[in-house]
Amino acid sequence: MNEDFLRIENLSKRFGATLAVDGVTLDIGRGEFFSLLGPSGCGKTTLLRMIGGFTLPDTGTIALDGQDVTTLPPNKRATNMVFQSYAIFPHLNVRDNIAYGLRSERLSAAERERRVAQALAMIKLESYGERRAHQLSGGERQRVALARALVKRPKVLLLDEPLGALDKRLREAMQIELRQIQREVGISFIFVTHDQEEALSMSDRIAVMENGRVLQVADPKTLYEQPNSRGVADFVGTVNFFPGKIIAVTGDSVAVETALGRMTLRRRTNLAAGARVTIVIRPENLILSHEAAAVSGRIAAVSYLGDRRQFQVSINGATVIVAAPNSAAFGIGEPVHLGWVPDAVMLFPE
Amino acid sequence: MLRRPAASPSRRFAPQDEGGWASRSTRHGGRGLAIYAVLYLAFLYVPVLLLPLFSFNDSAFIAFPLSGFTTKWYAAMAADEDMRAALGNTLKVGAAASLISTILGLLTAKVLARGIPGGAFFAGFASLPLFIPDIVLGIALLMLVTSLDIPLSLQSVIVGHVAICLPFAVAVLLSRFEGFDVALEEASRDLGETGWMTFWRVTFPLVLPGIVASLLLTFIVSFDDFLIAFFLCGTDTTLPVYIWGELRFPYKLPNVLALGSTILIASSALIALAEWVRRQGVSGQPRDPGIGI
Repeated sequence: MNEDFLRIENLSKRFGATLAVDGVTLDIGRGEFFSLLGPSGCGKTTLLRMIGGFTLPDTGTIALDGQDVTTLPPNKRATNMVFQSYAIFPHLNVRDNIAYGLRSERLSAAERERRVAQALAMIKLESYGERRAHQLSGGERQRVALARALVKRPKVLLLDEPLGALDKRLREAMQIELRQIQREVGISFIFVTHDQEEALSMSDRIAVMENGRVLQVADPKTLYEQPNSRGVADFVGTVNFFPGKIIAVTGDSVAVETALGRMTLRRRTNLAAGARVTIVIRPENLILSHEAAAVSGRIAAVSYLGDRRQFQVSINGATVIVAAPNSAAFGIGEPVHLGWVPDAVMLFPE
Repeated sequence: MLRRPAASPSRRFAPQDEGGWASRSTRHGGRGLAIYAVLYLAFLYVPVLLLPLFSFNDSAFIAFPLSGFTTKWYAAMAADEDMRAALGNTLKVGAAASLISTILGLLTAKVLARGIPGGAFFAGFASLPLFIPDIVLGIALLMLVTSLDIPLSLQSVIVGHVAICLPFAVAVLLSRFEGFDVALEEASRDLGETGWMTFWRVTFPLVLPGIVASLLLTFIVSFDDFLIAFFLCGTDTTLPVYIWGELRFPYKLPNVLALGSTILIASSALIALAEWVRRQGVSGQPRDPGIGI
């Protein structure tokens, strides 16, 4: 990974009273599939638009491949964008849409033809050259937008929630296809999404954003298993929160008093005894059984999710979500005991 | 479930019953509506159709019964030098006024559609001349032109016509620009085009039907105008001013009828053309851009 490929430093943008992007610093590598993940209004699209040159930052710099591009207009930067609405030119057919950006490259007619044919083959729409935008399905438009941007051979491709308008099935197929195309062309993709599953399944690395700030940048596995804050844990995947209080810290282990009883966790912390903390456990790391364990409760609800079952368990008035394989057959109202995978328990300061 | 007896009779009855009631009412409504439509169209077009009818009538008097078929009024019209000059003036004024007001309207609509502070106020204010009576505007413009010592001519008529045409141009073009996805222009910039080339390659073709509609509408507004031209034209008469002058001579009336019929046919052809252009434009319009922004 080339550390200096796309370097964003201390970038900020204010719209009226809202600080849309607040001092973001990121390094994105050559050929990396990088996602900006966050709820709507977190500043991810504004950040993307600043990288593309559609919005000028108030402060900070953007450098692409060693060149400062902070104030360059979109037509002068080696970035291209796949818009959320796809923005397929309605007065042009698919072929002319894809060839649109090649006029400014001053290629020979033969070379232009070749590039367009190659792009059509890449998106598997060879026979669609003469069609107009309104004759295309949502998925086909999305591919045309992708081909139109990639035919310019940008250094970075920017994608603004490109799968948002597609239905679930098509979305999943496009996720795989996008990732395949990205590997083939070897161009860095910056992918904006609010869908954490999408980000986890596609990305090399993900930046989780909230209120204009980047909370954590990590690969999907780290983000899921070792979120650096309660906010990241909450946004990426489903979690159970338990308030707790540190009772004792001894070397690499911490004893915490929680609603699930006393837990001893093997980890280092700079918190002292008496500090209030939040314990976070993902549903798949909780274990239901009939055998006696420290905590007991009652099944409040069961949802069958096809590949697994999800239980809501009432424990001392609180509800805990537990995911279990289909073989776990507990009925509503049944008393159960609750255990957990000790290494998967996360601890954050309150 | 499928064999449940109660389901089938009710299923068989309901649509038949509804269908009978619906079709009867449609027949009634249909006849009344047809009569209304015929009367409506007759009211609109019968007076207009009297024009070509009498223009081919072999008599200088406009009265029934018709006395015979002739094309001599058309020949007389074609031979009338003054009339041809007036027609030429009207076409010149119409072309200039429609072109200028459409260009100004295009720039105005583009800015207003983008949404600027005070834009709604400006848009309202810019369309106000639509509600100022032409006679008021005509007198005001005459006062202005004479107080500035500008000689009355076709140029002063053009200025007056731009003033009355501009609100029409803005209204037509603004409706075309609204619902225009800004991302299309951004995509063009992103794909390497300058602002100017983006206008030519994306904005212009997409609003072209609006531009054509604006050109035609403003041309007709200018062509149609009598009052402002009457105040501002000086000795260079436009066609409506010329026709008004001719009406003083009863023997020239059939010439005016021939002229009127010619204008009717020409403008019908123009409107058919405009409609055809608009339809061409529609097939290239964005239908469903996926997500609306």
